[in-house]
Amino acid sequence: MISILRTMALTFLHLFHKKETIQYPEEKVPLRPRWRGRIVLTRDPDMGERCVGCYLCAAACPVDCISLQATEDENGRRYPEFFRINFSRCIFCGYCEEACPTYAIQLIPDFEMAEYNRQNLVYEKEDLLINSEGKYPGYNYYKMAGVAVGVKPKGGGSQENPPVNIHRLLP
Amino acid sequence: MADISIDNIPYTVAEGKNLLEVCLSLGIKLPYFCWHPAMGSVGACRQCAVTVFKDVNDTRGRLMMACMEPVRDGLYISVNNASARAFRAQNIEWLMTNHPHDCAICDEGGACHLQDMTVLTGHAYRKYNYPKRTHLNQNLGPLIHHEMNRCIQCYRCVRYYKEYAGGRDLDVFAAHDLVYFGRAHEGNLENEFSGNLTEVCPTGVFTDKTLRQHYTRKWDMTMAPSICPHCSLGCNVIAGERYGSLRQITNRHNPFVNGYFLCDRGRYGYDFSNQPQRIPEPLIDNVVATPEILFNKLSEIVINNKLIGIGSPRASLEANFALRQLVGVENFYQSLSEPETELTKKILAINQSGTIHTPSMADIERTDAVLILGEDPTNSAPRLALSLRQALRNQPLEEAESIRVPSWNDAALREKIQDQSGPLYIAYPRSTKLDDLATHTNHLAPNAIADWAFALAQLLEQPDSPPASLSNQNHADLMAIAQTLKRSKRPLIVSGMSLFNEQILQAAYRIALALNKQDQKTDLALILPESNSTGLALLQAPSIEKAFSRASNESIDGVLVLEQDLYRQFPLEKVDGFLSRIEHLIVIDQIHHGTTSKATIVLPSTTFAESSGTLVNSEGRGQRYYAVFVPGSEAIRPAWSWLNDLRQIKGGLQVEELDQHPDLLSELIELLPEFAGLDRVGPKPGYLIHEQKIPREPHRFSGRTAMSAHLTISEPKPPVDTHSPYGFTMEGYRGLPPAPLAPYYWAPSWNSGQAVNQYQQDFNGELKENFYGFRLFPGPVQTPVSWSAEQPENISNGDIELVPFVHIFGSEWLSSLSPGIASLAPKPYLALSVLEATRYGLEPDIEAKLQIGAKTFTLTVQIHPEMPEGIAGIPYQIMGLTGIEWPSFGKINPETS
Repeated sequence: MISILRTMALTFLHLFHKKETIQYPEEKVPLRPRWRGRIVLTRDPDMGERCVGCYLCAAACPVDCISLQATEDENGRRYPEFFRINFSRCIFCGYCEEACPTYAIQLIPDFEMAEYNRQNLVYEKEDLLINSEGKYPGYNYYKMAGVAVGVKPKGGGSQENPPVNIHRLLP
Repeated sequence: MADISIDNIPYTVAEGKNLLEVCLSLGIKLPYFCWHPAMGSVGACRQCAVTVFKDVNDTRGRLMMACMEPVRDGLYISVNNASARAFRAQNIEWLMTNHPHDCAICDEGGACHLQDMTVLTGHAYRKYNYPKRTHLNQNLGPLIHHEMNRCIQCYRCVRYYKEYAGGRDLDVFAAHDLVYFGRAHEGNLENEFSGNLTEVCPTGVFTDKTLRQHYTRKWDMTMAPSICPHCSLGCNVIAGERYGSLRQITNRHNPFVNGYFLCDRGRYGYDFSNQPQRIPEPLIDNVVATPEILFNKLSEIVINNKLIGIGSPRASLEANFALRQLVGVENFYQSLSEPETELTKKILAINQSGTIHTPSMADIERTDAVLILGEDPTNSAPRLALSLRQALRNQPLEEAESIRVPSWNDAALREKIQDQSGPLYIAYPRSTKLDDLATHTNHLAPNAIADWAFALAQLLEQPDSPPASLSNQNHADLMAIAQTLKRSKRPLIVSGMSLFNEQILQAAYRIALALNKQDQKTDLALILPESNSTGLALLQAPSIEKAFSRASNESIDGVLVLEQDLYRQFPLEKVDGFLSRIEHLIVIDQIHHGTTSKATIVLPSTTFAESSGTLVNSEGRGQRYYAVFVPGSEAIRPAWSWLNDLRQIKGGLQVEELDQHPDLLSELIELLPEFAGLDRVGPKPGYLIHEQKIPREPHRFSGRTAMSAHLTISEPKPPVDTHSPYGFTMEGYRGLPPAPLAPYYWAPSWNSGQAVNQYQQDFNGELKENFYGFRLFPGPVQTPVSWSAEQPENISNGDIELVPFVHIFGSEWLSSLSPGIASLAPKPYLALSVLEATRYGLEPDIEAKLQIGAKTFTLTVQIHPEMPEGIAGIPYQIMGLTGIEWPSFGKINPETS
């Protein structure tokens, strides 16, 4: 009996507490920048596609919901020919973002993806690619890599010597 | 045997090997770079360091390179002690100081030996904070991509390319830490085995350029054991598929056939299966037919008509057999000309006779003197040429035994034998790639080769009564050759049918028999043109020319052509004449060609990667290939499946009642005793390991729930494979399957192809279980081969004798449809000796007309000073030079009157 009264009292007291409920969707949920929501593909500082089609996100994905095909432009720069995420399978674990060596794939604080039709949860590259560097500005993978694909010449990186003259034998 | 102790665990191992091999075959993960099971040790990379102790009481020990340390009794070593581990980690760290930050865009990634070794040693962060050295790349042609920054200077590429494969255009330049591996000048790599660089290179310097066009990581490919369909040797390959297209061919180790290497035709010829010329749907009168209409029409034709069937040397044994059973033995022909049929029959008779040993490629690598008669192995059976190169080292190596250097100590042995090579004699109308190793070359016209070889045979048979018709010089040469061949412990004769000359075969056989009389250790390797030439020959069908003449005498309602373009084989008017008498032409093939365009019904068949089947290689080894994937369209079916359905329909069954999984092989064996044992080429249907199938997909296969999501969000049920040991998914037995059954090479810590070392107990030797095919030679009934005494008459009518030159790139049809191979194929040319060129007033590089029968070809003239007079060479069956019947004669620049 006492416990019932006590429970009712506690419940009654909650009338005067700060409200946790928010009036969604009129009122938005405050989300942190690292919140793992909708997945996007970002661009590098030159606005080129950051994704190099390395397949690491697909390999890291525990539900195998990422599928892509790498291809090359005329300079040999790799980019995904198609990039598909099946969000009806995605568990938003963020492993793809961790695996990405180029900061291309990022999870952003947005969860408003509900659809009436499951088929609409399949996102293609056009749906994923944004015109922004996302959470990691300033990084361009091709400036760090050793290949010359139109971003920098061979040996043009900050941590690179100019190409070796192979006809020279001096130390 | 030697008793050794590794990390305080005692092992008993075979003596005579090096410590690295032993550790790897015991499953100990010892990192290495420069060692290669086929190329031995040089101790260059310093990666396989272990600590060797004097005895149990020794606590300090000393670091030794395991690959240079012979195994001996009482050896006491440690792989995992602190100093050895630190040394190996330090070594990797040094190697990685210049290695670029490329893994994400590197094609080797995920199948990279350097990645595996780096992870094995635990190196993760680069402490060296200074600039990296960089190199400019070279364009090495359409097959291989060069990215020199990634090099770790293990020297495997030049060791393989120059020393193992005999290439001359890849070398090492510059000095110390700047060394550069490439060509002196940018350009196509000339060696026919350059594709192996992609597997030999432990990192991403040399990668597969054709894979780049549809790049897929190794872990994402669906793979299955397959057999290369591009020549008669039947090299074992792993074929990989992704998103319904074939992506890559890699080597599958078969110690009896191809070992660790493939030729470029085999590695890069696969792309034909992804070409737009593929037949996607069944056609009736060039209109796509629905299954109902198709089967109504087919049943009508099959039940009411008299059909003949044309078997194909590039179709599987099952398909040919199903066709034979459908049309009946008396109506079954093979799509070869009369001379080709006779030649294959003779080759088969020799191989079955039991009078001479037919060598496997492993046997060939053990021979010590080679005589090549009328073949250019580099082009007609490429992988064999690589084996011949190894065989020619045997004699000098034997002489080098006196210095007691173990066989795996590659650098020392090469230093010792320098450029010495065992005896190699070549008789061929023009210079070949093996000429650089030859003791003696004889550039002769085909008939002259036969005469020369007969003279040699007579010298060997009756040394006292030399043939009369020889000049002194020739006689002295022949005597020397005869002496050398007699002295050698295991001579090898290589011949074949690429010059369409039966007498060369006869001479080769006589020479082999004469040598065999001495010691019974002679090998005779006879090269055939297509992947299943032997299998088709074993079915003993008459040639298609018999069908041509039959069609002109009696009425034939329909012809079923299996995977062959008749217009490629025979002149236009001949095929047109034949087809005009036929009411129904049913063609089963993978790719559109001249004959399919004439067909009333075209049935699309699967490629080697899309179906299972059995092929018999030139050595008589029946080998099984397995479907890598199920083709996207249900209309594309294996040829044997179409034919077996038709057979059942003819037998009165309705379409719904058809048995889709016939056991054609068992039926074949029951019917024809020559094929006995063929069911042992692979495991029986229903083979399981621990009640599980072997998965075709690696455990890290990705994109399962997304790859078809754009079509439908519900994932389709994966195809079920009821008749092979493999499953089409990543589910199943996760341990290492028996090596011959491995659909791909992977082991914990070993992601690259080098994982093959975890499947082997003994490198280059016997393996854990035996499913490496089954040899059908010698046959069950052994009869000596007899030859008709009559000489074939040469009707030349003043025409010049034409010699077909087989080309590795272009002469085989399927591979020539792959863009990479097509770009390397020769343009139609006319090869002449200086004398003949002067006679016809021709200069190099000008155009000449060549009239063969009713057809005139325009060819570019090439002058070959070494060629004999009286013949003209043209490339065999290349694009634009087909429809020629061999042997052939032609008129150069005929008068247009």
